[in-house]
Amino acid sequence: MQVPAPIEYERATSVEHAIGLLTRLGDEARLIAGGHSLLPMMKLRLANPEYLIDINDLHGQLSYIDIGATRVRIGAMTRHRELLESVALAEVCPIFRDAERVIADPPVRNRGTLGGALCQADPSEDLSSVCTTLDASCVIRGRDGERVVSMDDFHRGPYETAVRHDEMLIEVRIPMRPHGSSAYAKVDRRAGDWAVAAAGAALWLDEHGTIADARVGLAAVGPNTTGIPAISEALRGRAPGEDAWTEAAAIAEAACRPVTDSRGSADYKRHLAGELTRRTLRTAWERVVAWR
Amino acid sequence: MTTVDRGPVGHGRMLRKEDRRFVRGRGKFLDDIALPGMLHLAVLRSPVAHARIVSVDTLAAEAHPKVKAVVTGAMLEERGLAWMPTLSGDRQAVLATDKVRFQGQEVAFVVAEDRYSARDALELIDVEYDVLPPVVDARRALDPDAPLIRDDVAGKADNHCFDWETGDAAATAAVFDRAEVVVRQEMVFPRVHPAPLETCGAVADYDRVEEKLVLWATTQAPHAHRTLYSMFAGIPEHRIRVISPDIGGGFGNKVPIYPGYVCAIVGSMLTGRPVKWTEDRTENLIASGFARDYVMQGEIAATRDGRILALRSHVLADHGAFNGTAAPRKFPGGFFGVFTGSYDIEAAYCSMTAVHTNKAPGGVAYACSFRIAEAVYLVERMVDLLADELGVDPVELRLRNFIRSDQFPYTSRTGWVYDSGDYATTMQEALRIAGYDELRAEQAARREHAGDGQSLMGIGVSFFTEAVGAGPRKDMDMLGLGMADGCELRVHPTGSAVLRISVQTQGQGHETTFAQLVAEELGIHPENVDVVHGDTDNTPYGLGTYGSRSTPVSGAAAVIASRRVREKARLIAAGMLEVAPEDLEWTKDSSGGRFDVRGVPDSGVTIEQVAMRAHGAGDLPEGVEGGLDAQVSYNPDSLTYPYGAYICVVDIDPGTAVVKVRRFIAVDDCGTRINEMIVEGQIHGGLTDGVGMALMQFIGYDEHGNCLGGSLMDYLIPTAKEVPDWETGMTVTPSPHHPIGAKGVGESATVGSPPAVVNAVIDALAPYGVRHADMPLTPSRVWEAMQGRATPPQ
Ligand SMILES: Cc1cc2nc3c(=O)[nH]c(=O)nc-3n(C[C@H](O)[C@H](O)[C@H](O)COP(=O)(O)OP(=O)(O)OC[C@H]3O[C@@H](n4cnc5c(N)ncnc54)[C@H](O)[C@@H]3O)c2cc1C
Repeated sequence: MQVPAPIEYERATSVEHAIGLLTRLGDEARLIAGGHSLLPMMKLRLANPEYLIDINDLHGQLSYIDIGATRVRIGAMTRHRELLESVALAEVCPIFRDAERVIADPPVRNRGTLGGALCQADPSEDLSSVCTTLDASCVIRGRDGERVVSMDDFHRGPYETAVRHDEMLIEVRIPMRPHGSSAYAKVDRRAGDWAVAAAGAALWLDEHGTIADARVGLAAVGPNTTGIPAISEALRGRAPGEDAWTEAAAIAEAACRPVTDSRGSADYKRHLAGELTRRTLRTAWERVVAWR
Repeated sequence: MTTVDRGPVGHGRMLRKEDRRFVRGRGKFLDDIALPGMLHLAVLRSPVAHARIVSVDTLAAEAHPKVKAVVTGAMLEERGLAWMPTLSGDRQAVLATDKVRFQGQEVAFVVAEDRYSARDALELIDVEYDVLPPVVDARRALDPDAPLIRDDVAGKADNHCFDWETGDAAATAAVFDRAEVVVRQEMVFPRVHPAPLETCGAVADYDRVEEKLVLWATTQAPHAHRTLYSMFAGIPEHRIRVISPDIGGGFGNKVPIYPGYVCAIVGSMLTGRPVKWTEDRTENLIASGFARDYVMQGEIAATRDGRILALRSHVLADHGAFNGTAAPRKFPGGFFGVFTGSYDIEAAYCSMTAVHTNKAPGGVAYACSFRIAEAVYLVERMVDLLADELGVDPVELRLRNFIRSDQFPYTSRTGWVYDSGDYATTMQEALRIAGYDELRAEQAARREHAGDGQSLMGIGVSFFTEAVGAGPRKDMDMLGLGMADGCELRVHPTGSAVLRISVQTQGQGHETTFAQLVAEELGIHPENVDVVHGDTDNTPYGLGTYGSRSTPVSGAAAVIASRRVREKARLIAAGMLEVAPEDLEWTKDSSGGRFDVRGVPDSGVTIEQVAMRAHGAGDLPEGVEGGLDAQVSYNPDSLTYPYGAYICVVDIDPGTAVVKVRRFIAVDDCGTRINEMIVEGQIHGGLTDGVGMALMQFIGYDEHGNCLGGSLMDYLIPTAKEVPDWETGMTVTPSPHHPIGAKGVGESATVGSPPAVVNAVIDALAPYGVRHADMPLTPSRVWEAMQGRATPPQ
């Protein structure tokens, strides 16, 4: 049994309570949501917080998937399993279901949360690249109220986000545009393993069937999961098809910065960045067409 | 309506008796043991691979309010306990005194009131290390400028561990010189770890008044451990009781004695209280017995028309910092000598050089049948390479070269006497189940349409022969202990029985199969035969469970003991029926066993009635003692040779290089099957291991000697998603020298499956010109091979 160092533990009863505790206890305090990133690090003593503030009692309040005409709002405490099983979400953003099918395993998905995943900011995190692909923004609350930051600003680097130690991520907002769809693909060495590389793609068509906009987000092939604006620029106004996907794939390969590790060589990951970009763009486009 | 299937009275399919407690969560594992006043022990381990210890400061740890003792190597040295013997005649540090020699090596331990405090106190111990350059790559271990690891051994000037050879070098060279075709390939069987779900641990309880030590430990060999503790720690052997409770997987990982067990004993002696130690997952993966780690040069010689003439190999074996492998004394390279496989050839030769590196000790583990996993991998890859070179189908090449059934018993070119086999029939059965010709046709069609999104389809075959059931005492011992196994059978007055065995189940289902062995011979229902094992005070002596030896050795003892009891029962029955013993006929059916007067059905007595007479009132025949017991220590004449034909079908995504195992066909011949369900379970598990090794498992190290496989996020075990529905089949060719013809099957699938998977992947990559790629065939490594730059694992 791997055992963490001594901690003090408190359960937050409201968002205000949680933020109050964070403020009072300082940066030795950490929120714990699903605990599937934080607890393993504590057991390995890579993370040694003095205080844990458990926000699982806020699940009722912060777990929701609200689908509107112009945007989707998802509460930070929404669990992987809830994202996986939401039919309504899969209809408008199938990328979530694609990704959730290959994130971890059922016990982890039963507890792990969207907020925890984004705040962990692991460069291999799947939901971060999903949210990047969808051009999501994050609602962060502190003592003095809320602020909304884009995914690009949210991610400061590996394991670093815009959330300050006395703040909390409350909600993720995804803009909705017509005639669009999305997809996610990941290569792992085994079910439940983190990505060797993964890609998400979202695509919108105009009334002529031309690409109105496209976005790609990669995971595990660089220090963070920021999008690749060059792909969007290259695809806007183009006819969908293999030529377009191939060009996007080449941009993805050039844009990513993978390193060799036990999951795979840098060359292979670079190859995958291209291959998965091509595949997810193709799937997203097929979905838009099928949906029409 | 539900029927309760009570199972057969004897061999046959029946549910496992032990599962009643396991499926209800009532198993009793090491970590379930809690004794009054028990303390907890945690081990401080080296963060670096190679360093001189400058100082160890324990003051702050000792001051922790819940700490009872802090012990360093220097303290053990004062008591002569700093070093312990390994099962292969080397020595290993219990706690490092002079240097640390691998990452994760034991440096100090803390005994505290609870597990958390013990762990917290480790952080209060301050060790100063003078870091030395490590030896990580076995290929560099004997370089003249390689850092010296074992300077603890007087006169040692290099990292050489041992040399070993087998076969006839000159005769083999002569065959190679005249051979029409020679194929060579270097291949690596990388370091892997058995990773049992339950890690290793011990509870030591030393009674200072009785001067008796009771040690609960996760050991596959409780008796051997008892003897070694006695010899090393000087405790009289009758004052040591080793109890191995339910074990959550062993696979060879729980054969060696680990420093942690010794620390628990020392901790209990020092504090006078019971002390529990359990490894965490990382400790288990980085510091306990690994498996494989062989760099093998293979050479195969043949005629143009596909007759295999000779095999030759040189093996570079990485044994880590201490030679902690477990193999019979005369077999430092284990049973690698059976690398000639299932083929009738003219000559063979193998030389082996073993070296020390700054990595964890171990070697024989993970269901390898004493290194036969490595041997089978070598020969089955070489045969495929030869088939490729000759342009013949790999199945055809195997069929042409098999040892024929009329050649058994067959003495191999390296001196192994294969007991029985009918290889071609088993191969044909596998081909039939697989639909081999249709699979090849499908593959050809897919290759024709390569590029239209077709997966790369590969078909891989392996045919393995194992030598298990060590072993005859004339050839085999461990540290001077003969590899016999005992068993004691007592039949109670009411006709139920208890069988005490020296081997130790770790999931193999001994409580069921051994009861069935007795049932088959005595006609006592398996439900009425209790199997006791794992407690040295309550079972006869023997060397334990590993190397697939329980059924071949202890199982034979159980059969012989049962037959002795039956012969005695015949005498008693003859007395009861007032006839001559020869006039009695023994029969057994679903209601049990009985003696009847020959030719007169239902004239006789049941085994239960005999048991009551044996213990009861009334006269017994002249010269027959009361009771119905027998004790046997079985010394096998020879080994048994289970074998099998495996076929694997894979599909590789050409864009991502991800390998999917589509089908796996396993036809095993392990001789007589006692309980087919249990045999199939063993095979399913072993095949999963094999897929794991072939595709994902790997204990790697970086250039500093840091272990890169220290968690189950890094060291990957396959899940149900990575394996297909296993298609198993069987043929039955009994062993002629085992009392019921059983051969043992615990390791067959682990040994036989890795080459089938690798052969399938290489077959799939044939259009890319790939001849060989080393395990683990992760997507990245497969893709690199497709790019023409397959590299050995680092
Ligand atoms: C075996 C295993 C396999 C996994 N595989 C994958 C995988 O394939 N892909 C993948 O993407 N992930 C994977 N994960 C990670 C998993 O998805 C985690 O659940 C997720 O990353 C973190 O969510 P959590 O709710 O458990 O966060 P926690 O562990 O509770 O918290 C993580 C961090 O976020 C902070 N935090 C949590 N919630 C908030 C909030 N609302 N506001 C501010 N800070 C917050 C915490 O303080 C902590 O620092 C795996 C995890 C495990 C254990």
